[in-house]
Amino acid sequence: MALFSVPDIKISGIAACVPEDVYLNSEYDWVEEKERATLIRTIGVEQKRHARKGTTTADLCYDAAEKLLELLRWERKDIELVIFVSQSRDYIIPATAGLLQDRLGLSHATMAFDIGLGCSGYVYGLSVIGSLMSTGRIKKALLFTGDISTLNTSFRDKSAFPLFGDAGTATALEYSPGTKPMVFNLQTDGSGYDAILIPDGGIRNFADKETSFEYHKISEGIYRNGFNIALDGIQVFNFSLREVKRNVNLLMEFAGTSLDEVDYLVLHQANKLMNETIRKQLKLSPVKVPLSLKEYGNTSSASIPLTMVTQIREVLEAGKSRMLLSGFGVGLSWGSVLLETDHLLCPAILVHPNP
Amino acid sequence: MNISDFIAKVEAEFEDVEPGTLTPTTILKEAFTWDSVNALIFLAHVNVEYDVEISANELIEAVSVNDLYNLVESKLTKIA
Repeated sequence: MALFSVPDIKISGIAACVPEDVYLNSEYDWVEEKERATLIRTIGVEQKRHARKGTTTADLCYDAAEKLLELLRWERKDIELVIFVSQSRDYIIPATAGLLQDRLGLSHATMAFDIGLGCSGYVYGLSVIGSLMSTGRIKKALLFTGDISTLNTSFRDKSAFPLFGDAGTATALEYSPGTKPMVFNLQTDGSGYDAILIPDGGIRNFADKETSFEYHKISEGIYRNGFNIALDGIQVFNFSLREVKRNVNLLMEFAGTSLDEVDYLVLHQANKLMNETIRKQLKLSPVKVPLSLKEYGNTSSASIPLTMVTQIREVLEAGKSRMLLSGFGVGLSWGSVLLETDHLLCPAILVHPNP
Repeated sequence: MNISDFIAKVEAEFEDVEPGTLTPTTILKEAFTWDSVNALIFLAHVNVEYDVEISANELIEAVSVNDLYNLVESKLTKIA
């Protein structure tokens, strides 16, 4: 079982950045008004941000990092590790983390690589970056998470289009002996790989000009091509309702604590029905489980830090908070981390101008 | 769990269902919008209320309110 603690790592700051364009779901005319209203109420997304072609996830992450570095007054030469967690890289090759290392003016002594995860990506990213820092005594590091999902989403897919928004985040971490350990519980079930899938463009189904671009009717109101994200709503829903509470309960037991001791549970922002159902399963009050879905939608691996920045930044900046973060979805991959933040630097959300 | 209690709770979950309009023999598709969104709302409801999980295939086979009730009931019996 992947249950473990990572000592001596402090989260110093979190920043989030979204593209300029706001998309209002009230204007989603692919479905008729009554169905649209039910959809918006159920998924809880009234608006979200859409990147224009030419803006990448790394562009959003870059802005977030520059803001953090400016506020933290870090020396760039002290940063020795950069991890970019995303499913929307700048290029098929090379890894995007290297581009960020160079663009941020970090030294050639920086370790930099990508991790290809989505919904669970923030928690996984923290575990990898924290473990490397802890064993290697790496002084300072940057974790980037986020996705531009809207470019890969079919407008004529009512099950996906209203849900996704774009965002990128940066988290600054420091080696700080004596910091309370972060405690993780990470899990995987690859048999559900097709529950959330972009089938074409990888090596399994190499991009094909005859078949990949062609739209197919999947069901009523759902048309997709091979590059569009495909969601099996019921499969993801049942998986999340079954596994998240188990994962969280096991983590609490392993850490020797209980949900009463936690100030906030920040869940991956899947959709409102799912998040609210998980909250009810865990018997937590809404104030302890903040949501950013209404204004930003499902922002993949950016959703947890984005929710912290947009919903509870004043509290996080003011003092100590005992946080439980839980990501679940594409993979299927899921995990939770229990950690404590202390006067977290948390600037207000940034907006990346259109190119 | 009894069926009238089950029906009352289901009626409360769906915006387009008036309380007191569903009966055990009501055909789901005739009474309200029985689509994928409402299917998810139903799954969420029975998960929290009865702690049972229903698959997509099981849900597709349900035609009437009574079918839904029996589906949930059968899962409860298995747990007990």
